[in-house]
Amino acid sequence: MSLRIEEHPILTFKKGKKVTFTFDGKKLEGFEGEPIAAALHAAGIRLLRHSPHKNRARGFFCAIGRCSSCMMEVNGVVNTMTCITPLAAGMDVKTQKGHGVIKP
Amino acid sequence: MSRQTEIFVVGGGPAGLSAAIVAAELGAKVLLVDDNATLGGQLIKQTHRFFGSSARDAGIRGIAIAEKLCQEVQARKKNLQVLLNTSAVGFYGDGEAGILSPDRYEKVTYERVVVGTGAVENSLNFENNDLPGIYGAGAVQTLMNVHGIRPGHKILMVGSGNIGLIVSYQLLQAGVQVIGVVEAMPTIGGYLVHASKIRRLGVPIMTGHTIVKALGTDGVTGALLCRLDDKFQRIPNTEFEVACDCICLAVGLSPLIDLFQQAKCKMVYIPELGGLVPLHDGNMRTTNPRVYVAGDASGIEEATTAILGGRIAGARAYESIHGPSATAQKIVDDANLELKSLRAGSTGDRIRWGRERLSQEIAAC
Ligand SMILES: Cc1cc2nc3c(=O)[nH]c(=O)nc-3n(C[C@H](O)[C@H](O)[C@H](O)COP(=O)(O)OP(=O)(O)OC[C@H]3O[C@@H](n4cnc5c(N)ncnc54)[C@H](O)[C@@H]3O)c2cc1C
Ligand code: FES
Repeated sequence: MSLRIEEHPILTFKKGKKVTFTFDGKKLEGFEGEPIAAALHAAGIRLLRHSPHKNRARGFFCAIGRCSSCMMEVNGVVNTMTCITPLAAGMDVKTQKGHGVIKP
Repeated sequence: MSRQTEIFVVGGGPAGLSAAIVAAELGAKVLLVDDNATLGGQLIKQTHRFFGSSARDAGIRGIAIAEKLCQEVQARKKNLQVLLNTSAVGFYGDGEAGILSPDRYEKVTYERVVVGTGAVENSLNFENNDLPGIYGAGAVQTLMNVHGIRPGHKILMVGSGNIGLIVSYQLLQAGVQVIGVVEAMPTIGGYLVHASKIRRLGVPIMTGHTIVKALGTDGVTGALLCRLDDKFQRIPNTEFEVACDCICLAVGLSPLIDLFQQAKCKMVYIPELGGLVPLHDGNMRTTNPRVYVAGDASGIEEATTAILGGRIAGARAYESIHGPSATAQKIVDDANLELKSLRAGSTGDRIRWGRERLSQEIAAC
């Protein structure tokens, strides 16, 4: 069963248009405007970064931009909170290691 | 650029919206900011019918209450301006704040501010509690009810308060298998109506149990549970494993209070209200006379009380600028009457207790 809800007893979901983006070099599909972390989750990806000190696997936790658990590198910008950053066509999303490296 | 307003409202949940609506209705110039793309705060993910007072929205779904408040905002847009995707990031000096939108940073100067920032979810201490696949109850609701994506296929719920029970039911509606609800207390925390609803659907509620550890390396594959004795100590040799691909933590909320600390409001620790809250009086005014508080930020409660607290804060903030007003007084009296009846009875015990402690602290201050 896909993680996307096709039918719901109460809700209907308005979706943006289908777009492709890359995750660690792989092509994935998602809907424009949904949070990047949500699109990844629907595609079965929940490991978003490795923690700075103990290199532990991290996914999202709060989904509302409060806890910083979901930070990834998006279009070269590290520490992007992917739970509140809307997905756009062609985005380049990468798993983040530690604090990431800020490119000049 | 810099903006100027009489009453600045931070947060577009039921508390902030209500404060802004009342203040604008009374005639004040109001600016409201919320860091989300839509107004409504927690309400926009709440698909269940509300508990609360029947005069005020019980039996209506949270999403419908949000729509109603938004319409009232629309109707007052002459003197009530709303900025979405905009965070209040800092309070500086006296009557100055910084707000950050996606494309700019601005200064706001104001006479009074009503802070209705809501709450953050608590985590719980157990081994591997940082694994991908462990989510707060609010996150599960956001993912599922706003974005239409299931958190997983098989989920374990931790916490049997109303939120744990309601979100379990919502998960079932979305087609997720809820393998059980774990509760450390010897009895179920939430209302029995919610508990029986999920029990009827075959979800076991394991009271007197806790989670010892999450299993898995790159993501949750299961959990180790065990029984607790009446002193909340683990009973040896009662551990058992359950298989699941995600774990939802519904173990309470804490008020979001950093802005009050920046505004040098005196803070008090009141466990019944969710932890640290800004000390405030019955008018929702904090120890910084420019700053008012409303909603979960003033103590974790519910949307109905957040609306009423917001109405009081909005009316009193208006009066503190423009002087006494009979209309404002009536809004406050009505709200107080409703609050009293909402907090009556045994379900309101904890809140009444917390509020009582708050007024003692205020009297001593
Ligand atoms: C699962 C669940 C079920 C619930 N069921 C019920 C129910 O049946 N009945 C009931 O009465 N209550 C219920 N509640 C509780 C109710 O939703 C909350 O008590 C209520 O939403 C609190 O309102 P608020 O305005 O204080 O905060 P919120 O609704 O949390 O709104 C705060 C808003 O402020 C924004 N914000 C925070 N900081 C900033 C900043 N610095 N700058 C800009 N914006 C900011 C936030 O993003 C948010 O939009 C439930 C809660 C949950 C989680
Ligand atoms: S998951 Fe908490 S900030 Fe994104």
